Amino acid sequence: MKLLASSLTDKTYASVLLTLLAVTFIIPLCNWLTPTDSPLHFSAYTVSLIGKYLSFALLGLSLDLVWGYCGILALGHGAFFALGGYAIGMYLMRQIGSRGVYGDPLLPDFMVFLNWQELPWYWFGFNHFGFALLMVVLVPGSLAFVFGWLAFRSRVTGVYLSIITQALTYALLLAFFRNEMGFGGNNGLTDFKEILGFSIQSEAVRSTLFLLSGLALIIALITCRWLVNTKLGRVITAIRDQEARVRFLGYRVELFKLWIFVFAAMLAGIAGALYVPQVGIINPSEFSPLNSLEIVIWVAMGGRGTLYGAIIGALVVNYCKTVLTGLLPDAWLYILGGLFIVVTVLLPDGIVGLIQRKLKEQRA
Amino acid sequence: MNFFSITRYGLASLMLCVALSAHGEPKTLNTPLLEALTAIKQGSMTQREQAINSLVELKNPRSLVILQALLSGKLFICKDDDKLVIGEPNEQTYQIRDAIDDAPLAPINAEQVSKINLTNKLRSQLRKIIGELELNAEQADTRLAAVKAMNQDIDERMLELLKTRLAIEPDARVKQAIENSLLLQKVDSVDKNERIKAIEQLKTQANLSVVNKLKSLIEKDSDGQFAEADSDIRNLAEAALAKINTQLQVYSAIETVFFGLSLGAVLVLSAIGLAITFGVMGVINMAHGELMMIGAYTTYVIQQILPNQLGLSVILAIPAAFVIAGLVGIAIERGIIRFLYGRPLETLLATFGISLFLQQTVRSIFSPLNRSVATPEWMSGSWQINDFLSLTWNRFYILIFCLLVFVLLLQILKHTRLGLEVRAVAQNRRMAKAMGIPTARVDAMTFGLGSGIAGVAGVALSQITNVGPNLGQSYIVDSFMVVVFGGVGNLLGTLVAGFSLGIANKFLEPFAGAVLAKILVLIFIILFIQKRPRGLFPQKGRAADS
Repeated sequence: MKLLASSLTDKTYASVLLTLLAVTFIIPLCNWLTPTDSPLHFSAYTVSLIGKYLSFALLGLSLDLVWGYCGILALGHGAFFALGGYAIGMYLMRQIGSRGVYGDPLLPDFMVFLNWQELPWYWFGFNHFGFALLMVVLVPGSLAFVFGWLAFRSRVTGVYLSIITQALTYALLLAFFRNEMGFGGNNGLTDFKEILGFSIQSEAVRSTLFLLSGLALIIALITCRWLVNTKLGRVITAIRDQEARVRFLGYRVELFKLWIFVFAAMLAGIAGALYVPQVGIINPSEFSPLNSLEIVIWVAMGGRGTLYGAIIGALVVNYCKTVLTGLLPDAWLYILGGLFIVVTVLLPDGIVGLIQRKLKEQRA
Repeated sequence: MNFFSITRYGLASLMLCVALSAHGEPKTLNTPLLEALTAIKQGSMTQREQAINSLVELKNPRSLVILQALLSGKLFICKDDDKLVIGEPNEQTYQIRDAIDDAPLAPINAEQVSKINLTNKLRSQLRKIIGELELNAEQADTRLAAVKAMNQDIDERMLELLKTRLAIEPDARVKQAIENSLLLQKVDSVDKNERIKAIEQLKTQANLSVVNKLKSLIEKDSDGQFAEADSDIRNLAEAALAKINTQLQVYSAIETVFFGLSLGAVLVLSAIGLAITFGVMGVINMAHGELMMIGAYTTYVIQQILPNQLGLSVILAIPAAFVIAGLVGIAIERGIIRFLYGRPLETLLATFGISLFLQQTVRSIFSPLNRSVATPEWMSGSWQINDFLSLTWNRFYILIFCLLVFVLLLQILKHTRLGLEVRAVAQNRRMAKAMGIPTARVDAMTFGLGSGIAGVAGVALSQITNVGPNLGQSYIVDSFMVVVFGGVGNLLGTLVAGFSLGIANKFLEPFAGAVLAKILVLIFIILFIQKRPRGLFPQKGRAADS
């Protein structure tokens, strides 16, 4: 497994990158250039769906960075994704203005419903798009910083770390379910109207969001690829394989771990911010431990420690999920459960590893 | 009075003769009861009142039952045969019993009976009369309840009754309650010294009527005037109330500790199996919650098979759940986990997959809806210690059950061959293997033991929560927290951690609310792990290195 990253030819990486580039540009271009009744025109549903997959792929990529390269099995990665989503959701809520059901110019509907008189302090500033974007990376980043600093400094590792990350997202899940928190409670944030003055339902905005998701994924892939090949990245990989030895060599292991953890959390926040406008809702269920475990299975399925494996895994698993929950709603959990078992027992290197092995056998 | 009773007797015996001749069979029952009952059936309220009084004077054990039925509107006359019956409405029909000899009769339609009505005046009179009768009832509990009910609205006559009863009352609790009532009465007397003495004595007794009485003494009415004119009495009452309040705080603390312990017992039960698999084998079993779910569903199935034997089915469910969950556990270990030893993160993922699989299986078999498991009678209700402190039985039993399971498990680990082998493998797997211990078999047995205990925990859970496919999921994070907090591989640590987390949770709840309390506890554990990454009671020696 550990040799997988280096044994891969750059060809695979390049082809994944090219495919992504093609998808990113062709779909919005088709929609802009062709009339709605043309066979080359993608429906708004398809565009949003694939856009959603792309933001999931970015989320998977960010988890691969901490799990595949640094060996931290974070079972609460979905929390950062959800926090990024909430940050952009708060901006979108403020954009509704007086067009809500209760018509309050300042307070979102759920606050009027709860008889709140004024906006809580943490909602200030979210009427500015720039501020919201800043929060998309800062909020998950600072949570990851505080949590990681505490955890890595006291050398919480392995399954202990996994369990407390799960506890973290579970605590957030419970907290966001509370109406008193001021994030819409059970229902979350929804009924968005506009983004930067453009209707969020319009096809142009959907295509743009799609384009942005694709571009964010490509840029993130290139950045991560570069990152893991720098000296920093090598140290991080070394920590995964022999943490104690790296520490004895004089590296401050906790700082490297913290760095990569915070960076990945920020990427996850961006993924969440791209996801929410495309699906039109963010609610506390995004914090559920099951969601975070699903991210892990995307990465494991695709092949961890390869970056593009996580992207392939996220796309394949989510496509299967969409198709299968439509066809056989009851079977999805069987399949997901089965995937966990099959991947860990039979396919430790995921799809990418399987393909690599087959290719090698053919050559031999 | 005498004159009335004579005429009444005359009238009643006449009616009786008619009734007897109509039925044509001689009744050996005591005639005065029959007479009184016949009078009750007559329309006029005066007659009814007299009949009630004569029923009291009869001192017949049936009198109380009949009068109670009359008060609660359950006394009816059958229109067909003019029989007096006590009826319970049961859907369209009435389930009736003979008022005189309590013999069950065939159910009857609502139109075939007519209720014996009462006026409000008669009703309040009846209430007092029943109180008197109950005061002299045979069961101490009935007498106690009667004394307490009297405190609501006491008059001179009842006071006399209480005093006479006090002299002959054998039961200490009833005696205490009567003294209490008399003291309460003295608070309102005219003599100031008497009042002061009464308040002084009352302040050692914490019960609801004392608190209400004292509160009424220091209350202001709507004009801002004190209801009690004497300021000495007010101050005294306030001091007494303050003293009682400290006592009440102690009670509420006891109650919180009990709730905490019972929550802790649930946590310990759910975590203890995990402590074995995680602590001894180093296997993170994310499907642990689902093994509890299997135990809970086993209880449900056994109850479906034996619907009339609630108590027996719960008792039977304990070994059954142990065996079934244990077998599933062994299957999981042999089928999947053994391929993943030494790769804890992969084990975590694979067992998580198993948990999804089991959940969905249960959903397919039993439907996604919650199933309700009935609680046997001896487990429902609560233990009323006094007016302010009552402990629910089911929580109490679970607490005891948890301790039993814990002690049993410790004994198994300490005194059996399996326990010895398990401990040896936990301490040093390779050395144990070198000494000839079949580690693979021990692994399977250990996993089966842990899973079986999860199943047993599920039986306990089925008695306090809904049984549904998500039962396990809601406990898995908590039980991991308990294991990690207590220190992996240390059963005693699990026990201490479970109880302290349970108590902490319950003490936080009044200030923070249930959800926030849980969040605070989670945050506390997350911070605690930073300070002591190996829990409260870390393992020492070689095992700690791994």
